[in-house]
Amino acid sequence: MKQSFEDHVATIAATQETPAGPAAPRRMTLNMGPQHPSTHGVLRIVIELEGETIVKAEPDIGFLHTGIEKQCEAINWAQVVTLTDRVDYLSNLANNLVYALTVEKLLQLEIPPKAQWLRVMLVELDRLNSHLVWLGTHALDIGAMSMFFYCFREREDVLRIKEMFSGQRMMTSYIRPGGVALEPPRGWEKALGKFIRQFPSKVDEYENLLDSNPIWKIRTQGVGFISIEDMLDLGVTGPMIRAAGIPLDVRKTEPYSSYEKFDFKVATRTENDVYARYRVRLEEMRQSARIIVQAMEGMPEGAFQADAPHVVLPDREKMKTQMEALIYHFKIVTEGFRVPAGEAYQAVESPRGEIAYYIVSDGTSKPYRVHMRTPSFANLMALPPLLEGTLIADSIASLGSMDFVLGDTDR
Amino acid sequence: MSQFTHPAILETKQALGETTLIADPAQIVDLCRHLKDNEKFVRLSSVTAVDWHPAEPRFEVVYHLASIEPIRRLRVKCRVSGTNPEMDSVYSVWRSADWYEREMFDMFGIGFRNHPNLVRILMPLDWEGHPLRKDYPVHGYKYGYAKE
Repeated sequence: MKQSFEDHVATIAATQETPAGPAAPRRMTLNMGPQHPSTHGVLRIVIELEGETIVKAEPDIGFLHTGIEKQCEAINWAQVVTLTDRVDYLSNLANNLVYALTVEKLLQLEIPPKAQWLRVMLVELDRLNSHLVWLGTHALDIGAMSMFFYCFREREDVLRIKEMFSGQRMMTSYIRPGGVALEPPRGWEKALGKFIRQFPSKVDEYENLLDSNPIWKIRTQGVGFISIEDMLDLGVTGPMIRAAGIPLDVRKTEPYSSYEKFDFKVATRTENDVYARYRVRLEEMRQSARIIVQAMEGMPEGAFQADAPHVVLPDREKMKTQMEALIYHFKIVTEGFRVPAGEAYQAVESPRGEIAYYIVSDGTSKPYRVHMRTPSFANLMALPPLLEGTLIADSIASLGSMDFVLGDTDR
Repeated sequence: MSQFTHPAILETKQALGETTLIADPAQIVDLCRHLKDNEKFVRLSSVTAVDWHPAEPRFEVVYHLASIEPIRRLRVKCRVSGTNPEMDSVYSVWRSADWYEREMFDMFGIGFRNHPNLVRILMPLDWEGHPLRKDYPVHGYKYGYAKE
């Protein structure tokens, strides 16, 4: 809960009053964030302490609120893609994908197999990117500094491949309604193949580095427990709930974009602690690498965009020779394509959990309402039960294991 | 998908492979309790609202439910009047409604009775207006630079 400065001073003053009896516990209110390095962004947590034990934790969000949902209503359908990139900046392609899928559901568009395979491949590549950043920074928080350099070494390769495909390292806008933005570049198979062949051995390297480190094990095992009932009740998804033994993964349960044609396992653990979440994410990286190899090897031939001239921008060459192509281009660029009136809800498994967009169209060239159900927002609701009753020193490990992105939380 | 029966359901719609229930806002807690206990919708995926300004009833509160076994999803919608919009909180059914209802209170100005802590969540506490309402401008609310 937000407080004014005077209220805050009063709260602190109240905690410093002399306790009633000699045995009465002395409570202290501790403000953590919004600039605390371990909160990975601008999360503020007001913690009440009794000794070193957290008795109450209250997350305060909204510091990164940028009004993306409001802006979506003011721009046309194609322009929204660039905003979805900026929701979750560590897995922008998952956001592109869920937006594209929801709009395609409203348009009832059929997407060619090549575009679907490309989407799966790149979204999984983005999962590697996100998990690598998580592993590096989480280990850094706990004190294993060298992990950060190892993870960012591989992440750099992922970003180079993303740049190769789209021209951008992070805000790629590569997946768009109707397919993907561009034909895959020349030589992508070589670049990606080289990276993905040696990637599983890198995951083994991380595992060796961390699992042979007794400090890492002591700091993560048995830390950050939260009951399954609490998690389901609070809407927690993603690696958090899979580390408790529930194989909840939208890729398996409600396959989209041809995920049912790929062979992979849903990583689960049963310990339900910080260590289990780390193991789940390591296993997910291995499974993602498997999916990428399958997508590369089975990449179908054909178009990378749907045959829908009223939605997809025409080929440049066609515009020089065909009048219809020029007209469609003019219409799409000047007023944007129209989407039939209706509503759709589509969920996708992002690296952090279930991300779902609810889009309402009134038949015009701008969305009427775009609601983003982001995993970080729902997962952060589980912060109080996760922290309460634990030690303040463990709060950093518990916080890190949730893997939230504040841009994703506040939108 | 089986049909849902409850006195609060006014209408059932099927579109684009999704099921939508139009429900009576006065009985929403009762309906949600029924859906959770008897239809196994253990997860509340999200809650949001849509502003149909200037139509009346103005707001549509939209609940997205999900069940794990079997895998299925359901949308429940309630129409809420634009003058003094208020309805019951479903916090007692799913605790995940907590922040979503606060967000709706913040963004649309819809009140929720029996919510444990109904204060703004994303905007500053002293903010005036509700940004996601359709009559709230996209630019230039406070500083007027859009007019220059």
